[in-house]
Amino acid sequence: MGRTLAEKVWDDHVVRRAEGEPDLLYIDLHLLHEVTSPQAFDGLRKNGRTVRRTDLTIATEDHNTPTLDIDKPIADPVSRTQLETLRKNCADFGVRLHPLGDDEQGVVHVVGPQLGLTQPGMTVVCGDSHTSTHGAFGALAFGIGTSQVEHVLATQTLPMAPFRTMAVTVTGELPDGVTAKDLILAIIARIGTGGGQGYVIEYRGEAIEKLSMEARMTICNMSIEAGARAGMIAPDETTFAYLEGRDHAPEGADREAAVDYWRTLRTDDDAVFDHEVVIDATGLAPFVTWGTNPGQGAPLSDSVPDPASYEDPSERYAAEKALEYMGLTAGQPLREIAVDTVFVGSCTNGRIEDLRAAAAVIEGRSVAEGVRMLVVPGSVRVSLQAVAEGLDKVFTAAGAEWRHAGCSMCLGMNPDQLAPGERSASTSNRNFEGRQGKGGRTHLVSPQVAAATAVTGRLSSPADLETADAAQPMGV
Amino acid sequence: MEAFTTHTGRAVPLRRSNVDTDQIIPAHWLKKVTRDGFEDGLFEAWRRDPEFVLNKPERAGATVLVAGPDFGTGSSREHAVWALQNYGFAAVISSRFADIFRGNSLKNGLLTVVLPQSAVDTLWQAVEADPATEITVDLVAREVRCGSFRESFELDDNARWRLLEGLDDISLTLRQEDDIAAYEAARPAFKPRTLTA
Repeated sequence: MGRTLAEKVWDDHVVRRAEGEPDLLYIDLHLLHEVTSPQAFDGLRKNGRTVRRTDLTIATEDHNTPTLDIDKPIADPVSRTQLETLRKNCADFGVRLHPLGDDEQGVVHVVGPQLGLTQPGMTVVCGDSHTSTHGAFGALAFGIGTSQVEHVLATQTLPMAPFRTMAVTVTGELPDGVTAKDLILAIIARIGTGGGQGYVIEYRGEAIEKLSMEARMTICNMSIEAGARAGMIAPDETTFAYLEGRDHAPEGADREAAVDYWRTLRTDDDAVFDHEVVIDATGLAPFVTWGTNPGQGAPLSDSVPDPASYEDPSERYAAEKALEYMGLTAGQPLREIAVDTVFVGSCTNGRIEDLRAAAAVIEGRSVAEGVRMLVVPGSVRVSLQAVAEGLDKVFTAAGAEWRHAGCSMCLGMNPDQLAPGERSASTSNRNFEGRQGKGGRTHLVSPQVAAATAVTGRLSSPADLETADAAQPMGV
Repeated sequence: MEAFTTHTGRAVPLRRSNVDTDQIIPAHWLKKVTRDGFEDGLFEAWRRDPEFVLNKPERAGATVLVAGPDFGTGSSREHAVWALQNYGFAAVISSRFADIFRGNSLKNGLLTVVLPQSAVDTLWQAVEADPATEITVDLVAREVRCGSFRESFELDDNARWRLLEGLDDISLTLRQEDDIAAYEAARPAFKPRTLTA
């Protein structure tokens, strides 16, 4: 019987298979950051162990780093200690590190792909759930805990119980104005935050094949929000073209051998998935969340749902609690929700295409009074590219703040946070209670919706701005 | 890791679904570089509400958490497991756990037990009716007991053996050095390296 893409990559990494034991899988790339690694390095020290493959390991600083005044000492002493701990650990154990201030620093899931380190058919792990991002290349990439980080550092392997496989097939083409972010939010709303539990999702179908690499990363990134261990997309010409010329991409004869192998990384026609979901792309529209988990979302044209409409008592209770926390009432049109803050950035939507999309919407317009807009590039490279294209000027001319690269307000570990009761439209991945700051309220949106929302001060799509412009006579 | 065989203790009923790891331990606690000292961060935001179940005096000293479905979603932070253990929990019962959280818990000897929602409902009712009610989580028998209530649970033999023996995964894997070295010798040359020789 044929095999799925995920099964092929898995099989190619089995170091040891024995009856009654989890497979021991080889790990091709291990990404590290400051938050989930200190206790792992500590464990190595206590047991007198070393890092087995420093040449398959790379670290960057992202979660804790400030996005302002990066040339000054970090004000928060606890954050500073954590970054200094990573620097010492990398120096002691011989791990390559891109610290704050380095040209290759940035959000770990932006850095790996842009260096060409993420390639089809690899196993990629990181102590971060959004490692699923790298699945966009046809890699099997998943988040791990700190105990597993220590395990990979010491052995370059992980014992893993098998995943189940799920196909999410997106038929047709996305309508104009509908983005990868809208699509993944709609998928999560459909299958639920636990729907992907135990599965590796393979996204396929016409709409997926037409996406750019960066859009594919946005899709795979949020697989974890559907509960899945990983998300994958079969590599194709788009993937090979994206990799060409990147620092660590294979060249010459190596590239030929690699591409020959990469072309085999497709689900066989006779392979069977454990579960299949089909979504029609043509019916989709800009999508936003109204609740406190990423499955609580709806098209922007909808209203806040009535918790009483949920049959399942636990979903009903969750919706009640969400509305209470979010300060919303059932039936309120989503377009009437006013925000204080707009955040463009994160491993979900902090790449150059995301910044271009947001800039195109806000160019020649202004951020609404009383709204603060933060634009945080996903990496220094993205930042430099944006500056070269003049995007930073577009944002600052509109009244937005142009910041240094990092995770920033996605999780509020650094000073970029919401104040209690403040509400954001955010291009990040999680709308959990307090995620962006104690008492903060988050609506997940695409970069285009974020930019349009910054202009109107209420949840809006770019099409809403055009309608408003048309209603206003020229020259007035 | 400490071995887990069987545990009996009073319980905390947490009637919420989708309890994400940001709720279990908020991000600002993640700046610590140790595995301990997270107990005060456990459910920090919810604990500011005096009515929150963990704040009830009759729940003090409880060691079994009985939670709603999809417990531990979101961030991979193992700190969530450490926070539960630092606070004193030895086991968590739910009808569904997020994968990464479950993996992290078993690596630290925090037993996560999957029971059908109907069984979770029964336990909620029992421990809410009488906070002194004790729940036994028996890994040897793979069974949860509470008064006359009994329900068996599944956990694969290998994971159970590691927990019962309190085994260190890394030591076990290092015994497979020959297999790892053989795999490495056969890896294709085109695979990327982060360091150039």
